[in-house]
Amino acid sequence: MSNDAIDAVFEAGDPAFIPYLVAGDPDYESSLAYVEALDRGGADIIELGLPFSEPIAEGSTIQDAIVRSLEAGMTPERFFDFVGDLDVEAPLVCMTYYNLVYQYGQQRGPRDFVERAASAGISGLVIPDLPAEEADPLRAACDEHDLDLVFIVAPTTEGERLTRMMDRVSGYVYVQARLGTTGARDDVSDQTDESLARLADWDVPKAVGFGIKTGEHAERIVSAGADGIIVGSALVDIVAAGAANDEPIEAVADRLESKARELTDGAVRGLTSAPDADT
Amino acid sequence: MSDETGTFGGYGGRHVPDALKAPLEQLTEAFEEIALSDEFQTEFRDRLAEYAGRPTPLYHAKRLSVEYGADIYLKREDLLHGGAHKLNNTLGQGLLAKKAGKDRLIAETGAGQHGTATAMVGAMLDLDTEIYMGEKDVKRQRMNVFRMRLMGAEVNEVTRGGEGLADAVDAALEDFAKNVEDTHYLVGSVVGPDPFPRMVRAFQSVIGDEAREQIRDRIGELPDAAVACVGGGSNAIGLFDAFREDDVAFYGAEGGGEGADSDRHAAPLADGEDGVLHGMKTRVIDDDTDVHSVSAGLDYPGVGPEHAMFQAVGRCDYRGITDEEALDAFKELSMLEGIIPALETSHGLALAKQIADDHDTILVNLSGRGDKDMETAAEQFDLT
Repeated sequence: MSNDAIDAVFEAGDPAFIPYLVAGDPDYESSLAYVEALDRGGADIIELGLPFSEPIAEGSTIQDAIVRSLEAGMTPERFFDFVGDLDVEAPLVCMTYYNLVYQYGQQRGPRDFVERAASAGISGLVIPDLPAEEADPLRAACDEHDLDLVFIVAPTTEGERLTRMMDRVSGYVYVQARLGTTGARDDVSDQTDESLARLADWDVPKAVGFGIKTGEHAERIVSAGADGIIVGSALVDIVAAGAANDEPIEAVADRLESKARELTDGAVRGLTSAPDADT
Repeated sequence: MSDETGTFGGYGGRHVPDALKAPLEQLTEAFEEIALSDEFQTEFRDRLAEYAGRPTPLYHAKRLSVEYGADIYLKREDLLHGGAHKLNNTLGQGLLAKKAGKDRLIAETGAGQHGTATAMVGAMLDLDTEIYMGEKDVKRQRMNVFRMRLMGAEVNEVTRGGEGLADAVDAALEDFAKNVEDTHYLVGSVVGPDPFPRMVRAFQSVIGDEAREQIRDRIGELPDAAVACVGGGSNAIGLFDAFREDDVAFYGAEGGGEGADSDRHAAPLADGEDGVLHGMKTRVIDDDTDVHSVSAGLDYPGVGPEHAMFQAVGRCDYRGITDEEALDAFKELSMLEGIIPALETSHGLALAKQIADDHDTILVNLSGRGDKDMETAAEQFDLT
């Protein structure tokens, strides 16, 4: 079982541009405008971070964004309102930590959260700290509500852990291009090629993330065979600069939109030199 | 080693991004193969003796016993090198890191005791050491910051979030995720993803092993109750582990802040809910509670998963001790016995006083000394 909107993105054939922002960063209204700007800039899927106070996979760029959003009053309930208020074409994937999924609603466990996310219009979930023993209940709840469950594969993921993810993933797999926490880097790691090769026999699209910040990076990643690119910190940096300098919402939104275009265009360029470009 | 291991009645586990799984598996292997070997244990015990000053004494606090109305025995971890039980763990993990070929230690610290104990071991074992500490804690524990720097550790002030222990953990985890090849994250308590809770327990259990023997030598039997303060809960697990199969009641004193029924406390067992935090399933404080305790070392929103299990099965009685009760106990021990306890430890003493009517002999883990808390004490008790 998987989500039709996400399937349609990858069936269309172009590489998917998947931007990430923390919902509510730096405040609710600005964030709505920023996410909508990414949609205009060519986002195929949007990953929306639902902030949790103890994120353990994030670099300082996204940790700071999480703090800004929480301080502006973001909560799971507000997040679902936010999703409802967004006017975007792209399907939305919620990225958050297991505690919020587990604690949501009346009963402990993932069911209430998944039901609420689906009714709010979320198409998929990414839970970086989801442990193996909690994956099956979450997978079952996602199946019931047609949500995709995206797993992050690290360069060091292998053996039993890799198989377990392969058996449970749907929508797309998030390929972590290098070790470390999230954060934009000037180099794009060679580990990408190797990571993609390891996942060659998976039957879901492969989206590569961690460290992509320019159109050239996007081009390079897609030409290495990625079906999509995930970009977070490079966009969050733009939001952070806007917040720090107290810039008008429109100016920041314009910069996000043009960054999104740069990345989308780069990804499309990469397709022409991709290994299976002629098939 | 699958990641289903390391759970305590459903609590614990390894709730981390997959990139951290491989280093945790390596650490688990190193722990099981190296740290549990006879050779390692011999070296560990030798260093504990000649560097740390073990065994620490067991002290029958006679005046306090009269005041409380029960026989109070204090396990003097405050006399360990550095002034707290923390060194048992940092020495164990430091030695393990060295033998596993790491050349860098990182650690989070709240009150600064764990950071200081990490800095000591970093200096002694010639390992680069970096400590993460919330800005709020840097301000209220300046002496420990100076100590760490003097011993060659780099102290990084964490300015995000609540600027406390939980934020220091996040910053340390970020560092660890980036530098797993050469870095050992020396977790300071029985918290975090497996194998940390059981590894830290293994190194801290020397406290209870000694205390059990000492009290039997002294009074010919085991105590009726064992009491310790619980932040993450390492000194408590270290004391309890040796008595877990015995007919000894366990009590854990949490940071009750302004009261466990208030919205400012650090008592996830006395008043919290199940949740997932810092790589473990455990008890956490409610969303609408501000994590607060007068003592930086108890100022943590979660607790070690084995404590969550102890509570679930009724093995240990956890109570929130308020700031005020802890300060009273702090003063009482200072006045009656000439021993200034850490504010964290004072929570355990206050709890011992509460239960003195129910038990004749009470063993309290005097987990640390209070030198670091003198600024707070000077304000509270008008000592200037």
